[in-house]
Amino acid sequence: MTQQTPKELKRELLKERVILATAAPVLALAVAVALTSVILLATGKNPFEPYSLMVNYVAEWPDVQVLVINQTVTYYFAALAVAIGFRMNLFNIGVEGQYRLGACIGGIVGFNLPAPGVLKMIAVIVTAMVVGALWAGIAALLKVTRGVSEVIATIMLNAIAAAIIGYLIQRDVFGHQPEGSNAINTGELPESAWFPGIPYGDYEIYGFLVIAVLCGVGYWVMLNRTRFGFDLRAAGASESAALASGVSGRKMVVIAMLASGALAGLIGMPVLLGESHTFMSDFPAGYGFTGIAIALLGRNHPLGMAFGALLWAFLDKASTTLDDNGYESEISVIMQGIIVLAVVIAYESVQRWGLKRQQQKVGAELAAAAKKNEEVAL
Amino acid sequence: MRPVRVLNGTASPAPPPHPHHHLLRHLLSSAPRECAITASTETAAVELRGITKRFPGVVANHDIDITVRRSSVHALVGENGAGKSTLMKILYGMQKPDEGTITIDGEQVSFSSPGDAIARGIGMVHQHFMLADNLTVLENVVLGGEKLYGIGSRARKKILEISKAYGLGVNPDALVEHLGVADRQRVEILKVLYRGARTLILDEPTAVLVPQEVDALFTNLRELKAEGLAVIFISHKLGEVLSVADDITVIRRGTTVGTAIPSETTPRALAELMVGSELPVPETTESTVTDRVVLDVKGLTLGAEGRKPLLDHLTFAIRAGEVLGIAGVEGNGQTELIETLIGMKHADSGTITLDGEDVTAWPTRKRREQGVGYIPEDRHRHGLLLEAPLWENRILGHVTEAPNSKGFWLDPKGAKADTERIVEEYDVRTPGIEVTAASLSGGNQQKLIVGREMSHTPRFLIAAHPTRGVDVGAQAQIWDAIRQARHEGLAVLLISADLDELIGLSDTLRVIFDGRLVADADPATITPQELGSAMTGAASGHLEHPEDSPPGNIADQNSAQTGGEDR
Repeated sequence: MTQQTPKELKRELLKERVILATAAPVLALAVAVALTSVILLATGKNPFEPYSLMVNYVAEWPDVQVLVINQTVTYYFAALAVAIGFRMNLFNIGVEGQYRLGACIGGIVGFNLPAPGVLKMIAVIVTAMVVGALWAGIAALLKVTRGVSEVIATIMLNAIAAAIIGYLIQRDVFGHQPEGSNAINTGELPESAWFPGIPYGDYEIYGFLVIAVLCGVGYWVMLNRTRFGFDLRAAGASESAALASGVSGRKMVVIAMLASGALAGLIGMPVLLGESHTFMSDFPAGYGFTGIAIALLGRNHPLGMAFGALLWAFLDKASTTLDDNGYESEISVIMQGIIVLAVVIAYESVQRWGLKRQQQKVGAELAAAAKKNEEVAL
Repeated sequence: MRPVRVLNGTASPAPPPHPHHHLLRHLLSSAPRECAITASTETAAVELRGITKRFPGVVANHDIDITVRRSSVHALVGENGAGKSTLMKILYGMQKPDEGTITIDGEQVSFSSPGDAIARGIGMVHQHFMLADNLTVLENVVLGGEKLYGIGSRARKKILEISKAYGLGVNPDALVEHLGVADRQRVEILKVLYRGARTLILDEPTAVLVPQEVDALFTNLRELKAEGLAVIFISHKLGEVLSVADDITVIRRGTTVGTAIPSETTPRALAELMVGSELPVPETTESTVTDRVVLDVKGLTLGAEGRKPLLDHLTFAIRAGEVLGIAGVEGNGQTELIETLIGMKHADSGTITLDGEDVTAWPTRKRREQGVGYIPEDRHRHGLLLEAPLWENRILGHVTEAPNSKGFWLDPKGAKADTERIVEEYDVRTPGIEVTAASLSGGNQQKLIVGREMSHTPRFLIAAHPTRGVDVGAQAQIWDAIRQARHEGLAVLLISADLDELIGLSDTLRVIFDGRLVADADPATITPQELGSAMTGAASGHLEHPEDSPPGNIADQNSAQTGGEDR
């Protein structure tokens, strides 16, 4: 047997970590593709053509590419918001309500604030984040004072948020009805308050792409390079060990929920400030739930979630071509569903396997070293 | 007599005249290792011959030879990592041996799953119980074995029959969540008997039990034995092994190094066989106690709603260079005392003073920053992040201190360098600091914790069961570390279930019973037996050797104990 130097071992451990981290999502994706093909086959369709159709569709049309990227940006915020809760063992299902309420009130404040454009824009963002944080804070408060599970509280708060939004955008409250339309919105922001986009050929990508990247980097730095991040991870990994080392679990719950809610507030911003310029009755919904799936898929890792968001956006936007080619676009929804299920199973098994493998490896290393020492002693 | 079996492949010229008497001496000398297995006319319940199991790059077991007689308790002892668990996994069909044979009741078998082993009458009681809390005992027992006796009255009858036959005293309708640890263990035993086990493997069954419960378990084991069952008992508590086992097999570095009969050996001789070297003793040589009081606790009281206090006016002081040992049966307030001292719980009344400063209201983090070291009683729950690398575990509990952080920012580089140093200085056996804490053995995890706590030069150290579940080698190193720190003027609160450790390391001894400090003793003169009886509340005041407390007092304390058991 060859003896490894510490450096070699370190490199090998690192390599193994990367493999372990990517193995699960790749496995899940492979299973999802395989099962989807089986379903296609069962319905008498070509089991492989839809994938190439989708890829070609996106590769061919720049406007679809923009749609995919824009959708990715939005999903990324949602995933980050969910992930920060996950790291603290909190399941914030309320991201949905937090971002919608944040966007709605943000839109109202932005429209009604007597200020120049840029300030309006900043006010929209800040309001959305604060509202998101406060809305999540209610669940945090209920958890630390009354022991109410954040899962239950945030689901309920989603319903309440929907009702509040319904009230706020009524025409005699803050709602406006543009001429010739039956949709209601909170009033259109002036162009000076729009968030500038990034040109992409003849089209524009959301400028919030930059903010999303910054948030991803900030998320990583905060978790891995700050004392606070260490406390958060410790509390998420073992509440009892964190408590014994002086981390207040309650404080961490409140902070993590507030941060999660504040990030959730950003989800609606790319659309509101980059596309619709107002909060309207048909403002996109469901991102909060998609965020849960993407956070799972990306393993709460900023890069993983970026890939996850991109994949999700691709499946969303590319599936429209399936209808034009005799396939049902729901195929992509089926795939998304299978990915989520497969991912949960794959992570659990890969993680267990990895831990066991490492234990065996360490045992082997030590046994080899002990044997060598023994030989030397003799 | 069967020919003498020679272990480790070296042939011995002639068998010793009385193998057992000379066994240990032979094993300890450099002479060829040998041991004899007494021949018996009956077929053995289990015979393992030449078992070898290799994992990639490591030999977990090699040339294992064990014979377990019917109607006997056979103890398997060895340090953590000696290969006991692998061997039992092989016997239970969870792993296949690469070489060697397994013979059950005279018939050679090959198991490819635990199902095969169960069919052959082998049953395993795991260290961590596998019971569903919200089901009754009956439901737990029949779960997965519905085909045996159904799930109704036939099953109940069978359970009661088994319970009665072996004196297990199990109530089939009790909810498992209402049962204590010892009762749960009996349910686990019943579960394997229900499935027809004739050979029981018990993996460290006493690790979770208090002394009285251990006695009760041993009574059960004797019943099982009397009914013709064979029991394989894995342990590293040698005193227990000697009191319950009929035969003992010692495993070291993956192979059987000898067998012994309890009546002819001592814990010390066994331990030496286990580690293969001279054993350290936990005695501290000269007193280092000074006059300077470091920790002063006055009237510490922690209430429980509607019940009597968990901690009842505890008053004690620990001076620099002093180890104060707290003896007591688990569950008498030790955990609460530790948690109050580290700040996880806050006292209802009383004060804690550290070097003249009132710290009663300080949060945990501030206490740790200001020099309270903490070796927790449950290192997995309170001392480690199991899935995090070693260097992150070095940060745990000291995230605000150098070398782990610089102001707001973490300092992974500093933490990693210091982890390397701890690994080196405290002899933590690991291939590197990037591996997860979970992949280290218990002893090495504990050494990492001890090293971490000592690295912040504590003024006061809480050491709760510092060597629990730790192998003999690591135990000596941990004792050395505590002794060294005491020498340098550290005040130590030592809580331990190991009375030898307590007596050997402490400068002063106090006994905790029912949340009160009821007795004190001088470790220089007290014996474990005397201390043990004080722990049950049978004695109070200053324990003078060999006087006893007045009889009236005993009655009082006994009634108090009965009240306490309701908790």
